[in-house]
Amino acid sequence: MSKGVTVNKRSWLSAPYAVWIIGFTLIPMIVIFQYALTDKSGAFTLDNVGALLDPIHLKALVFSLEIAVGCTVICILLAYPLVLALKRLNLGRQGFAMFVLILPMWMNFILRILAWQMILSSNGILNLILQKLGMGSLNIANSGIAIMIGVVYDYFPYMVLPIYNAVMEIDEDVIEAAKDLGAGSVTVFGKIILPLSVPGLLSGIVMVFVPSMTSFVVSDILGGGKLQLIGNIIEQEFTKSANWHLGSGLSVSLMVFVLISMAFTMKNDAEGKGSAIW
Amino acid sequence: MKDEILKLDSITKSFDNKKILDCLNLEIKRNEFITLLGPSGCGKSTTLRIIGGFEKPDEGRVLFEGKDITGLSPDKRNVNTVFQKYSLFPHMDVEENIAFGLKLKKKSPQYIKDKIKYALKLVNMDGYEKRKPVSLSGGQQQRVAIARAIVNEPEILLLDEPLGALDLKLRHDMQRELIKIKKEVGITFVYVTHDQEEALTMSDRIIVMNKGIIQQMGTSKSIYDEPQNAFVADFIGASNIIDGIMKRDRLVQIQNVPIPCVDVGFGKDELVDVVIRPEDLMIVKEQDGYLKGIVLSVIFKGAYYEIKVRVGEYEWSVQSVDPAVPGTLVGLTIHPDNIQIMHKPHSADAEVVKEDE
Repeated sequence: MSKGVTVNKRSWLSAPYAVWIIGFTLIPMIVIFQYALTDKSGAFTLDNVGALLDPIHLKALVFSLEIAVGCTVICILLAYPLVLALKRLNLGRQGFAMFVLILPMWMNFILRILAWQMILSSNGILNLILQKLGMGSLNIANSGIAIMIGVVYDYFPYMVLPIYNAVMEIDEDVIEAAKDLGAGSVTVFGKIILPLSVPGLLSGIVMVFVPSMTSFVVSDILGGGKLQLIGNIIEQEFTKSANWHLGSGLSVSLMVFVLISMAFTMKNDAEGKGSAIW
Repeated sequence: MKDEILKLDSITKSFDNKKILDCLNLEIKRNEFITLLGPSGCGKSTTLRIIGGFEKPDEGRVLFEGKDITGLSPDKRNVNTVFQKYSLFPHMDVEENIAFGLKLKKKSPQYIKDKIKYALKLVNMDGYEKRKPVSLSGGQQQRVAIARAIVNEPEILLLDEPLGALDLKLRHDMQRELIKIKKEVGITFVYVTHDQEEALTMSDRIIVMNKGIIQQMGTSKSIYDEPQNAFVADFIGASNIIDGIMKRDRLVQIQNVPIPCVDVGFGKDELVDVVIRPEDLMIVKEQDGYLKGIVLSVIFKGAYYEIKVRVGEYEWSVQSVDPAVPGTLVGLTIHPDNIQIMHKPHSADAEVVKEDE
């Protein structure tokens, strides 16, 4: 009896969290679903949700997918060498390197993207340097490449941190045992480090893929407003067109799409360790 | 020498300016069960890691069958290691763990299959092929680790305190099994432990180490019966180590009592260390002993009683099958054979030993 009382007392501590969840996640979700499934007159319709299949929306979705997959793959390819290099450092230096990695995240997001715009624009710093070196100039401003650079720069830490944690958890003895049994560096990575860091890798994929799939600020600034991600279209429906029904409908179908692609990723995680993020 | 398989030649190794190994020389014979024994931090594990290729010595050479392998990485050496923490690959089952080294050597599937079967039988683990390491007990994991190392047919098997994490009963069983496995596969074992009983039970030859220096090497019996200095005597089993004065050949004065012994060749009135094993001391009637003291405590240890007897300032440790009564006056006596007399340390090396007592 007394036990039940203490549990009840303790459960009050979660009240702020419950209020937060209900007020800022659950209710907005219900509202979004309501908008998505109705038209302006309030009648039920599936047109808004199905609008994702319109050619113009589909094109944006495919482009978003390209950016998201590309960003995720590039982040993975960059993260592993960095993590393996960090692993060799002593702990103090590892902390410093991590600090440097996270440092840009303390600056305003928009500011960072604007800085990239300055660097990549046709009269920007990058071309200035290339011209000084007599290497001509690059025309990557307002292109998919510029957007890709922006999302990779922004989401890279979210890939590094979970992979770093997973790799650091691998017992050094296990790696030595593999070497002892005849494994060279490549085999050690492929057979030991990579499979044992899959939980971190999956967390990283979720944390990079989902936001880069749905982002719109990066493409707005670095894409010059010409290249539209699905996020840009949703944003415009809410702001310029003031068509909340269509915006909500696209959001809901995008969410379903992302959930499906994530479920597909997680299926490959036989142990289910990576699903901690869910 | 033909049957010498490995030679450590003047190995020196420091970590953070702290010397772990100081000019270590060691020869290991083919098919020998050799044990490196010493307290933690004595350099025994570092020695093993240098043989395995996980550490490079600052100075000196590692010779394998006469060839210099000092700079060779672990994967290129024909030695395998059994680690203290088992270190099985957690994402692979037992079969995959054992096959790991063989697959890298591109052996045929049939060969690998036969080897796994043989190795699991050898370590009494047949039927466990598909189990994951997490579902195995510590002892079972260590058996798999031994199998995983042995299937590669290494010339030398390195064992780094492999039984350290197991409970006492299991440790005893595994000791017997290791000896059996050693006989069966006929390869050289280099074994590291801080457990003197384990070393005495299993080894052909024991290397006692302290502070990066070899204190004594020899068979179990010679190390136990004739320790060369106070450190070895103290480390190999409980001992009474006390100051003595050599009055003349075959007579040593302990606690102002002259006692006959068998040692000769010391200087007259030379200060010496005297080692007497607890099981060699006999409790007799007060008037019949060389030394007279009072019984402080009696502890029943199963096979014997451990009795503390205070004589003057010194507490003698005595092991006896008969109990004594605390608080009574008794005499202590000993056979001349069972007194070990050792020179007091002079050299810097030996001085190091004294500090650690």
